[in-house]
Amino acid sequence: MKKSPVRTIVAIGIGAALFFVLGRFVAIPSPVPNTNISLQYGLLAFMAAIYGPIAGCLIGLIGHALIDFSYGWGIWWSWVIASACFGFLIGLVAKRVNLADGEFGKKDILRFNLFQLVSHVIAWGLIAPVLDIVIYAEPANKVFVQGLVGGIANIVTTAIVGTLLCVAYAAAKPKKGSLKEEK
Amino acid sequence: MTNIFNYIDRPSPIHRLTGATKLVCLLLWSFAAMATYDTRLLVSLALLSLVLFRVSRIGIRDVSFMLGFTAVFMVLNNLLVFVFSPQHGVELYGSSHVLLRLGGRWIITKEQLFYHLNLVLKYLATIPIVLLFVCTTNPSEFAASLNRIGVKYTIAYSVALALRYIPDIQREYHEISQAQQARGIEMSKKESLVKRLKSASAILIPLILSSMDRIEVISNAMELRGFGKNKKRSWYMARRFTKWDILAMLGSALLLAAAILLNIKNGGRFWNPFI
Repeated sequence: MKKSPVRTIVAIGIGAALFFVLGRFVAIPSPVPNTNISLQYGLLAFMAAIYGPIAGCLIGLIGHALIDFSYGWGIWWSWVIASACFGFLIGLVAKRVNLADGEFGKKDILRFNLFQLVSHVIAWGLIAPVLDIVIYAEPANKVFVQGLVGGIANIVTTAIVGTLLCVAYAAAKPKKGSLKEEK
Repeated sequence: MTNIFNYIDRPSPIHRLTGATKLVCLLLWSFAAMATYDTRLLVSLALLSLVLFRVSRIGIRDVSFMLGFTAVFMVLNNLLVFVFSPQHGVELYGSSHVLLRLGGRWIITKEQLFYHLNLVLKYLATIPIVLLFVCTTNPSEFAASLNRIGVKYTIAYSVALALRYIPDIQREYHEISQAQQARGIEMSKKESLVKRLKSASAILIPLILSSMDRIEVISNAMELRGFGKNKKRSWYMARRFTKWDILAMLGSALLLAAAILLNIKNGGRFWNPFI
């Protein structure tokens, strides 16, 4: 499928709107009090896998910034940037996984999850805490534990929600070469 | 539901500034507050932002909902910092004045309290300005302002699309969620966590697949109208700069310059009253 630049722009807009709605209004209570499980990273991984790294980066950036604005605590730049980086990194998979052709088998599931794991570890285990230290001069052990907890939660939700979305999307697409010429 | 960003239209000098100006000021201001840990500057920024709040005619009641979120976030963050690193202040300021021993490594020192004071001040210096921006900037003007400050118009348009479709997607989510709940999916605490995530996916899948169709429809419509053909684009909500806009931007630039100068003068980001 050839992607027009206009489609990517629209995908960024709609993706950011979805990211916002999931992050802001769809809260699943978790066992830890006052902590909700954020589903938006599963969506972000899925959108980035279809529309590529630039779209993933901008969906994370715009979506997360809008969430922060609507809560009113300003832009928590370090975490916004980490979201954007996660979108970018996972978008690099797009070349490997052929979602648009309706193929998402066991191998692709494995690859997708491996990539999301690595991207989450880089985003929340490295980028977010380091930026917290550089920008806000917060104590190192605190930000790394925070990043770790957030990262693990995001890995689990992405593994479940992201994979299910990819499978469902691939199933809804006609497979490449599924039509045969009648003779 | 339509006003998630809490835009409040009132006649005030701040409302009259263009969106682009307010965006530039917000960025400069938040960079200034981010760059410095100088208590004197943070106090002045916090006080100045309260004055601006007054000028904008936005009352505390208008933003109490958002303030609540922020207050919880601020308290939690401070507690976490103390639990994890009770000696952070001592490390930063290089001296130790013990006030109270709580047992173990949790010793309250003047330095630590001073660090927490600065942390709180950092919130107080930025949050009123963000709230001010959110309450006084029309979301429709926001995208036009992004383009004005040099963001490519295609990306500014993505932001405009996001703002435009958030209410639609929210409504759709609500509808799908109720339909699925009528069919018996459970999302409350009664179910196990994995089960809950799975039932959330039962809502997400229809929502996202229909959004994918929406992307097709919108992008086709835009392409048919020749979107992205020209290098520039005009905005319905764009406005011209007045002298007040220029003054506001200059003022914010001065604040950032002050933050940088103080950092150089203090030989670091911290102003140390303990020496």
